[in-house]
Amino acid sequence: MLWTTMTLALREIRRHVLRSVLTVLGIVIGVAAVVTMVTLGHATSRSVQSQISGLGSNLLTILPGQGIGRGGGGVQPPPFKIEDVDAIRGQIGGATAVAPEVQATATAIRNAANWSVSINGTTDDYLAGQQWSLVSGRTFTPAEEQAGKSVCIVGNTIKTNLYPDDDPVGTTLRIGNVSCEVIGLLKLRGQSGLGGDQDNTVIMPYKTVQRRFTGNRNVQFIMVAVDPRYESAPIQNSIGRLLRERRNITASKADDFSILDTKQISDALGSATTQLTAVVTAVAAISLLVGGIGIMNIMLVSVTERTREIGIRLAIGAVAGEVLLQFLVEAVALAALGGLIGLVLAFIACFGLAIPLKLPFMWEPQINLIAFGISALIGVVFGYFPARRAASLNPIDALRHE
Amino acid sequence: MAEPLISLKGVTKRYGEGTAAFQALKGVDLDIMAGDFVAVMGPSGSGKSTTMNILGCLDVPTTGSFLFKGVHVEGLDRDQRSLLRRRYLGFVFQGFNLLARTTALENVELPLIYRGEARKKRHDMAMAALDKVGLVDWSHHTPSELSGGQQQRVAIARAIVAHPDVLLADEPTGNLDSQRSIEIMELLTGLNQTSGITVLMVTHEADMAKFARTIIHFKDGLVERTETGHRPGLELA
Repeated sequence: MLWTTMTLALREIRRHVLRSVLTVLGIVIGVAAVVTMVTLGHATSRSVQSQISGLGSNLLTILPGQGIGRGGGGVQPPPFKIEDVDAIRGQIGGATAVAPEVQATATAIRNAANWSVSINGTTDDYLAGQQWSLVSGRTFTPAEEQAGKSVCIVGNTIKTNLYPDDDPVGTTLRIGNVSCEVIGLLKLRGQSGLGGDQDNTVIMPYKTVQRRFTGNRNVQFIMVAVDPRYESAPIQNSIGRLLRERRNITASKADDFSILDTKQISDALGSATTQLTAVVTAVAAISLLVGGIGIMNIMLVSVTERTREIGIRLAIGAVAGEVLLQFLVEAVALAALGGLIGLVLAFIACFGLAIPLKLPFMWEPQINLIAFGISALIGVVFGYFPARRAASLNPIDALRHE
Repeated sequence: MAEPLISLKGVTKRYGEGTAAFQALKGVDLDIMAGDFVAVMGPSGSGKSTTMNILGCLDVPTTGSFLFKGVHVEGLDRDQRSLLRRRYLGFVFQGFNLLARTTALENVELPLIYRGEARKKRHDMAMAALDKVGLVDWSHHTPSELSGGQQQRVAIARAIVAHPDVLLADEPTGNLDSQRSIEIMELLTGLNQTSGITVLMVTHEADMAKFARTIIHFKDGLVERTETGHRPGLELA
């Protein structure tokens, strides 16, 4: 019986194509909006996550002062020294690599070409902790690190701009006033999550940078790579205690340094995107509700319009349940049809928007299934009232209806 | 004498409550034998339509009993009466009441859908019914493409497709010209004689009533008189 009822319902929908399309327009738009928003939201999350993980996973960055961008005013906290790096390396367990970061900027000159680069003075541990491998050449030797030799490893952007046709390894590159031998080429890394081109970097032994560029013995940042088998929080705590001691901070005073965890940043950004997605989805879901009300309106009009038909069906011997089922199936079929069209539109929208929004294209079966289920459910909920009304008609009155 | 197919005893019907109440039937006694062709006549307000609604199991008497094939219909609920109509009754209306935008064939198939017949059987039975009313060639036309007389023939095909015991016709010729009316009446007479189907027809045209074997006259909610044997040669099977 369900099968014949469905045949009847589909026949009825086919007979009124325009009316059916207008009826489900709300559902179409609602489903398309919800699915597109959720999918784009997830794509954004994923893109943010992958950019953050581009910073390196389980990396701690220790910097002087509290928080990011809260500069100016008050006493500048003292910078780190290389002894701090050694102390962390020597006393903190669970760290796979600890490296200083001495940063500077300079102009690299080769032949007639100029290129502005950022310089990172560090050790081989930095590359190990960042899991940043070389395309060609080699890393520093301990002797080079110790002596602060003028050797450097260059990023891909520098190769692109200054060595369009040849291999930088083995050449001599002038960086600022320093003539330096290029010993390695880094693998392409892409945009970092916090903006900036990570590949426009020249890596040198920290001593070289201190001596030739910054002119002091300061270390701006300390990078600590945490062994993935260890919890990050206790390691952060022990680093904190160690640095407080080394920096003579009394118990009543707050830290004058901060420890940033890439994982925390990634989680924070991730939850922000999730929240944003939820809000936008909620707005889109309202249109689904409106779509459901639209279906109910048309179905109610349809019941009135088809009163005679219902009368005929009842006179012929349809029981109330069959009339109810017919109208209910019609509403559900309409809503589900609208849902399907909405899913197709959402697919097209996600596909079309992925490139201009620089997001990965995604098709998630889960959200599609849920949206389709909800649209069918809307058909049941908003179709029930009109259907019950149809089923409760008195056949004599219904037949007399003009 | 055989048991009547339909038997009304002391049937009353009252609409509304209190001062607005209207007594449509005031105690109708009526027996109809299987295979009869009955015309119900009377002025408007005489109770003939109310009686037809009760006989068609669309309505129930306020008091009194209605026996159909030995079953007390007045005690049945809505859905039970629906099932009774589905199995034993066929309806023809003054306004044809075909489903719009639906072919003649689909219209005729409708009762079979509710009877749960398979697609193939539905099609065959519907075509057979259309054959009986002479409209096989029009099976794929929608009502708007058919004349009034043809539409009423489709409606008759729909009413008889499931081989009911009783055909109830409510002013079947009310919307037709006299030539078409006579054709429809001849069709009903033929069905009554060849298929043995009992026909109950409401009409206010004496010319149409002449086709019937029994004529029941209603007046003021009561049976005024019953005439039998108008058409010689139209004997009860």
